[in-house]
Amino acid sequence: MASIDSNQSGRPALADEPPKVSLINDPKARAIFYQALLLAVVVWFAWYIFGNLTANMAKQNIRTGFGFLNNTASFDIGFHLIDYDRSSTFAEALLVGFLNTGLVAVIGIFFATVLGFTIGIARLSSNWIVARLATVYVEVMRNIPLLLQMFFWYFGVLSLLPAVRQSMELPLFSIFNNRGLVTPAPIPSENFWVVWLALLIAVVAIFFVNRWARKRFEATGERQPNVWINLALIILLPALAWVVTGSSISWSIPELAGFNYQGGMHIPPEFIALTWALTTYTAAFIAEIVRAGILAVDKGQTEAAQSLGLKDGDRLRQVIIPQAMRVIVPPLTSQYLNLTKNSSLAVAIGYPDLVSVFMGTTLNQTGQAVEVVAITMLIYLSLSLITSAFMNWFNARVALTER
Amino acid sequence: MKKAIATVALSAVLGMTATAAFAQSTTLQAVMDKGFVQCGVTGGVRGFSAPDENNNWTGLEVDYCRAIAAAIFDDADAVRYTPLTSTERFAALSSGEIDVLSRTTTWTMTRDTSLGINFAGVMYYDGQGFMVRRADGIGSALDLGGASVCIESGTTTELNAADYFSTNNIEVNTVVFEEQDEVLQAYEDGRCDVYTTDSSALAAERLNLEDPSAHVILPEIISKEPLGPSVRQGDDGWFNIARWVYFLLLNAEELGVTQANVDDMLASENPNIKRLLGVEGTFGEMLGLSNDWGYRIISKLGNYGEMYARHVGPETEIGLERGVNALWTQGGIQYAPPVR
Repeated sequence: MASIDSNQSGRPALADEPPKVSLINDPKARAIFYQALLLAVVVWFAWYIFGNLTANMAKQNIRTGFGFLNNTASFDIGFHLIDYDRSSTFAEALLVGFLNTGLVAVIGIFFATVLGFTIGIARLSSNWIVARLATVYVEVMRNIPLLLQMFFWYFGVLSLLPAVRQSMELPLFSIFNNRGLVTPAPIPSENFWVVWLALLIAVVAIFFVNRWARKRFEATGERQPNVWINLALIILLPALAWVVTGSSISWSIPELAGFNYQGGMHIPPEFIALTWALTTYTAAFIAEIVRAGILAVDKGQTEAAQSLGLKDGDRLRQVIIPQAMRVIVPPLTSQYLNLTKNSSLAVAIGYPDLVSVFMGTTLNQTGQAVEVVAITMLIYLSLSLITSAFMNWFNARVALTER
Repeated sequence: MKKAIATVALSAVLGMTATAAFAQSTTLQAVMDKGFVQCGVTGGVRGFSAPDENNNWTGLEVDYCRAIAAAIFDDADAVRYTPLTSTERFAALSSGEIDVLSRTTTWTMTRDTSLGINFAGVMYYDGQGFMVRRADGIGSALDLGGASVCIESGTTTELNAADYFSTNNIEVNTVVFEEQDEVLQAYEDGRCDVYTTDSSALAAERLNLEDPSAHVILPEIISKEPLGPSVRQGDDGWFNIARWVYFLLLNAEELGVTQANVDDMLASENPNIKRLLGVEGTFGEMLGLSNDWGYRIISKLGNYGEMYARHVGPETEIGLERGVNALWTQGGIQYAPPVR
């Protein structure tokens, strides 16, 4: 009512509400209308595509639906982290492929990060040779297609390893031949879980000790012997648990029997080649990101830290790296996503990853291309979104907080 | 009188629909419009489908595609080839990328019923076998415990191997590749002890190894692998053509009609041969083709027996005996319904 009152003064001055306009000219109504229209078009399009698809598949007598996931897979997978044999279902085969992809991604991301940071920092080294070597590494690795590198490592390098009967014997009863790496496998006794529990408790304890130490440092400037406390916790607690429970580990030592070594833990060459290629390739990109991140920190920051009298290590940890991380983390996320997605090239060198097991074998044995491709895309999408979500959280932590 | 006219009109309509039914293959129409048959083949399995030294596709299964082209266009070269991996092949056919899939494909119930394809016949009755290194001294597939086995992805081979080894309680380690070349490379590099695929392909692939004599094919045949061409489901006219081109090749061999004598055979008094070569009857028209379709095929490519001898028979480097692939009249199981 207030607006009407003010209008009565004869002066259409600043009113509480904008003057009434017809619905057609109302910008708000228009905005809502266009949004709704767009949504309707998108929904209609999706519905139309889906209807078109099902109708056409029915017309071509192609079986549809997700029931096949419960059927017997009846094929073998050479490398599996969970129990799997030919009588398992397609759903289990999917899980095997997913875990194999996950394993490569996690291990690859870990080593690529370590290697990438090392090389990135080496490129900025004041040592001329180290810096040049790092440059050469980056330029070579990132300018050769990944698939080619995989073929090189797999067909070019690993295939030159000796045959089973001429295996290389490594220390600790390990065997290396063209069937991969065989190491002794630990077989924990039944009450070994207590040791794991102790280890978990140690990790949690370390977390709290560090938090306490940091608070104390910020409050008083006193340094606590963190490293020693952490080491003591992580070694002593599990050791104590081991002794008290009397648990033990027996080892399964690989022995040559027939075609290959039996017993022990087998790491196939496909896995080694794939992880190696992904690691070395992605590390080159990460190195450049790290270099860019460090160079992005103004030189004045170093000088300021020096003039404050900070030690070299503290200067890096407290001043340079926190600021560099802000630049590094967002592009680093893309590299992690790339590594995960690039692992789908595994099929070329015979590693049973998600694409090989599911998009390759399962798709072919069931013929249900649309469902299989949709599931695979969904899994890669979720993997990427989860990685992104984690990295966004991490980024928010290291990002500049303006006060 | 009125009734008579109505009858004539009715029969005319019926006749028209009948004629239309013969030619009502959308695939045939599309093939005629574009002027060639698009044929899905392997990436290179010698004897079945592989490029020769002049880069022309050749092989038993290639000849089948050429026979279809000869029947339609009177030109066996009116074929274009799409090399496909095992995993790509069915999607390529059902999506319409190719007209015929003639790619060492095993006829199985799942494929026939749920992929939207129809198998037109069996070009080669095969079975899965194993190849090992002679130096390993293996005499039987039952001694393969602990071995690494190289397999091509998306094949019946993958399933048969799993079935066979689990039935016989043999633990093996399988390594699966997408491309046939990679499988062979990995076997040659020593990644695997065993290479398993259809025994005909084993015979062909052995020749691609550096020293073929260092490898032996084990006696066990662990599966039935009827390899045949297939077409999209839902186009019965095209399916009829695919199926009867195959039957014609068999019938020609049975009747003794060869590429060399086909011109003389045109004058044959044998009614079976007359029908086969289109001298008598309208069998070509029933398929929507010209009546001399049989003559066109045999004069350009010969009969099934000639194709077999040319590409995979004992005289070739692959050297496969006819065995079960002989005609039924000669102790084999190749048998075709009559053209009549």
